[in-house]
Amino acid sequence: MSFIPLGFLAASGAAAGDFVSIQTVSLSSSQSSVTFSSFANTFKHLQIRGISLASVSDENLRIRFNSDSGSNYARHYLGGNGSSSFSGATPNETYALGGLSPNTSAPGAYVIDILDAFSTNKYKTVKSFYGDDKNGSGYVLLCSGVWLNTNEITSISLSFTGSANFNSYSTFSLYGIKN
Amino acid sequence: MATTYTPIQSTTLSSSQSSVTLSSIPSTHTDLILIINGSMTAATGAYSLRFNSDTGSNYSMTGIYGNGSANGSFRATNQNRAYLGDGANTSQLVNIIQIFNYSNSTTYKTLLTRKNQITSSSIEALVDTWRSTAAINSITIFPDSNSFASGTIFALYGIKAA
Repeated sequence: MSFIPLGFLAASGAAAGDFVSIQTVSLSSSQSSVTFSSFANTFKHLQIRGISLASVSDENLRIRFNSDSGSNYARHYLGGNGSSSFSGATPNETYALGGLSPNTSAPGAYVIDILDAFSTNKYKTVKSFYGDDKNGSGYVLLCSGVWLNTNEITSISLSFTGSANFNSYSTFSLYGIKN
Repeated sequence: MATTYTPIQSTTLSSSQSSVTLSSIPSTHTDLILIINGSMTAATGAYSLRFNSDTGSNYSMTGIYGNGSANGSFRATNQNRAYLGDGANTSQLVNIIQIFNYSNSTTYKTLLTRKNQITSSSIEALVDTWRSTAAINSITIFPDSNSFASGTIFALYGIKAA
């Protein structure tokens, strides 16, 4: 019997358009990044869903594809901090924005959509919905971004831009919409 | 890998109701998606939910809104409910409510909500925290006043992680 690496298992019974669970990373201790890799390219779009607890609040969640840390991303965002709304845009950025870091007790929640993740004809569009509420502080954030690269996505890494780590009980899951 | 995004329960009101409860929610999924598609019997203002019949001051929220002429952000602390939206009226509204890691007994529970309403209202994006580590087994949804109109649909789905 041959060994089939996790992620390359066929989604047996999955039909085109089905929402399929691919991989999950659940932390039992803190770490600085979460990476999805070795997944099949038989999906149209990808979605990352998750919660995190973090050692430091309010840092940007950085999304990078295929280990690309060059200035090959751009983003827009619209958010609220409980007293005012705000927005921004950044071209020539080194990551796509997925949200922020929460604190050690009130989980931040993320829904990150990656459209046409395996197309070799398009740049990759990312949109995310983030929120954390700490009973007196916190943010809700809607983000859009682009990775200016037509390569298939083969890895997705998540990390915070400052000193924050993902604390234990943080969990992120990768899903795909089947081709 | 497994196909997920599974229907759990769906309720379509045959008459107006002042509250709707989805109970006996299985613990076998990772996240829940609750979709509300309907309207109110009259202008209502806010509508909310409670988990596991918890009426304690264990909820809080942060949100952003736009109503076509203004935009801003708002917050509420130490509430006895999780806020889902404001400005509800008799026009069609749709809420997509995402409840993360609902069956774990370790962390507080976080909800992300998008609220959309056609007429004389606002679009809103919200985050609520329920400061409880209990697994969620019931959800009660209710408006501040008046009722959900007949025909309003409450559909609950489960997403199970790999």
